[in-house]
Amino acid sequence: MTEIEHVSADTAMHSAGEVIVTLLDVNKWYGEFHALRDVNLVVGRGEKVVVCGPSGSGKSTMIRCINRLEEHQEGDIIVDGVELVPDLRKIEAIRRQVGMVFQNFNLFPHLTVMDNLTLGPVLVQDTGKEEAEAAAMDLLKRVKIPEQAWKYPGQLSGGQQQRVAIARALMLKPKIMLFDEPTSALDPEMIHEVLDVMIELAKEGMTMICVTHEMGFAREVADLVVFMDSGEVVEAAKPKRFFSEPENERTKLFLSQVLH
Amino acid sequence: MDTAISFATPKSTPRRVPPTLESGVLLWLRENLFSSIYNTVLTGLAMWALFLTIPDFIAWAFVDAVWRTDDPQTCRDAAGACWAVIGEKHRVMLFGTFPYDEHWRGVLAIVLIVGMAILSAFRRFWSYLLFVVWLGVTAAVLVLLLGGVFGLTPTGTHKWGGLPLTLLMFVGTVVGGMPLAVFLALGRRSRLPAIKAICVGFIEIVRGVPLITVLFMASLMFPLFMPEGVTIDKFLRAQIGMILFFAAYAAEIVRGGLQAIPRGQYEAADTIGFSYWQKTNRIILPQALRIVLPALMNDIIRAFKNTTFVSIIGLFDVLGATATALEDPLWVLFALEAYTFIFVFYFVFCFSMSKYSEHIERDLKKGRNL
Ligand SMILES: Nc1ncnc2c1ncn2[C@@H]1O[C@H](COP(=O)(O)OP(=O)(O)OP(=O)(O)O)[C@@H](O)[C@H]1O
Ligand SMILES: [Mg+2]
Repeated sequence: MTEIEHVSADTAMHSAGEVIVTLLDVNKWYGEFHALRDVNLVVGRGEKVVVCGPSGSGKSTMIRCINRLEEHQEGDIIVDGVELVPDLRKIEAIRRQVGMVFQNFNLFPHLTVMDNLTLGPVLVQDTGKEEAEAAAMDLLKRVKIPEQAWKYPGQLSGGQQQRVAIARALMLKPKIMLFDEPTSALDPEMIHEVLDVMIELAKEGMTMICVTHEMGFAREVADLVVFMDSGEVVEAAKPKRFFSEPENERTKLFLSQVLH
Repeated sequence: MDTAISFATPKSTPRRVPPTLESGVLLWLRENLFSSIYNTVLTGLAMWALFLTIPDFIAWAFVDAVWRTDDPQTCRDAAGACWAVIGEKHRVMLFGTFPYDEHWRGVLAIVLIVGMAILSAFRRFWSYLLFVVWLGVTAAVLVLLLGGVFGLTPTGTHKWGGLPLTLLMFVGTVVGGMPLAVFLALGRRSRLPAIKAICVGFIEIVRGVPLITVLFMASLMFPLFMPEGVTIDKFLRAQIGMILFFAAYAAEIVRGGLQAIPRGQYEAADTIGFSYWQKTNRIILPQALRIVLPALMNDIIRAFKNTTFVSIIGLFDVLGATATALEDPLWVLFALEAYTFIFVFYFVFCFSMSKYSEHIERDLKKGRNL
């Protein structure tokens, strides 16, 4: 159980700063299938956690529990001071604090890029239309596609769509950003334009939890790299140690496959 | 691999047009009518059948036809069609028993409804607001036909008939039935067992019986359930029956659309923090309804044709009013001509709706944003 001790050690270290996400012995089943097994994770405000692991290891399941797209059955999940319990009334309020970016972008195809961005603030935060459009334009400039504002998602490249998706999530000024393999559906030449946006976001101090196999990204921005396998957190360490001296055999095997 | 014999020759050639294909009428004829022995035989048979019938039809319908007369005897003496019956009876056919001096109100109702229908065909007007405008127009047509306000002579629904009745029944069915269909479709996917059971039960029961029985039930059973002394108007009863029938079928179509929306759309809407209704109204329904629009158009066309069933429970729609018009013994011989006119009328309405639907379907297939 040395892995768990690692997390605990890191937890102690982080407790100096402010904790924004806590998962304590979280268990989740899909029917009979045990998808998350006693998962522990603490994320400090402004820190970046990269989650990696083989397919089916429960990475998506874990981050989807943080904004309650999936419900866990045992253990505690606390997001920005609010515990996610089954009879939680205002789940929408918590979701607005947590932005999410998906592998398949999931833009709304029937709305223009501009409307994709402004619909959230206008409907859930009562922002005025003009104010929202100005904010959207600023964000589109930040992700370097202001000229695409009036197009439909179907007219954009994958990389552009993913940058719109990031901008859409940022529109609600979230405290935490979740990324679920944001570059896995992209052609190689587009991966960088998305990673650049994410790196910039990381440098601005956003709290980020990213499921990704972009190890360069992990090296550059991560405060903690978490390796999962078959529903368990197998290893968690700072990137330097994670890549240079992984302790678990499964981690070593995984790293030998993803690093070239 | 010194023995490999594969090779390619690099060559640079300017772009040019494809070699000319044989085109024109002859090619079309050869490909479509005379492509094989069987096809040629079929073409011959069809030509022969047309040769036998077309000249007679043209003689009857045009050459020997009587176009205008107020004397039925002229028609009887003629060898061809008696189109004069339409000129003579069009008021009754189009307005039934609606008071003669008030027919302008019927005309206005027709213009309002047809105008709105044409307006609705333009995609730039598509929004929930369009539905609200439809509600307003329907209400306006109701007031126009009922009278009793703004100095209009009161004309109860028992005096209604003809085209305004057909069109109002049709519009009422769609305008009343669409929201109900959407609620039923959403309810059928609800996680609450009670709501789901009610919706499934309603949809399956109504779809399990013919429209006629729904109309008879509406016209005979509703009064039984009503407290003593309360009567519901016959038009309203038929309208309710038509709405329920339309909604049950449309609900299944809408449900198909809801199912076609990928889970990611729901999840993206959830992560933004939309409430159930915000998610449904802004994200899911606009996409689902677009997908199923061609199928819905089919149902809408069917609803239009189904309005003819109301004549069975004693309402005079265009078809019923035409039957009444032909009760005049002087003109009763010319029913064929009168019904041909009705035939053409229904065909023009339904065919244009169906062509429009095809047009939308084509655009949808191209993946274009409607
Ligand atoms: N809705 C579901 N119902 C049943 N089983 C599921 C469901 N979602 C995921 N699972 C199972 O749970 C396990 C973990 O899935 P998850 O999607 O979290 O993996 P992942 O680590 O994100 O994998 P990938 O790298 O392929 O995205 C898998 O074995 C998967 O088959
Ligand atoms: Mg995943």
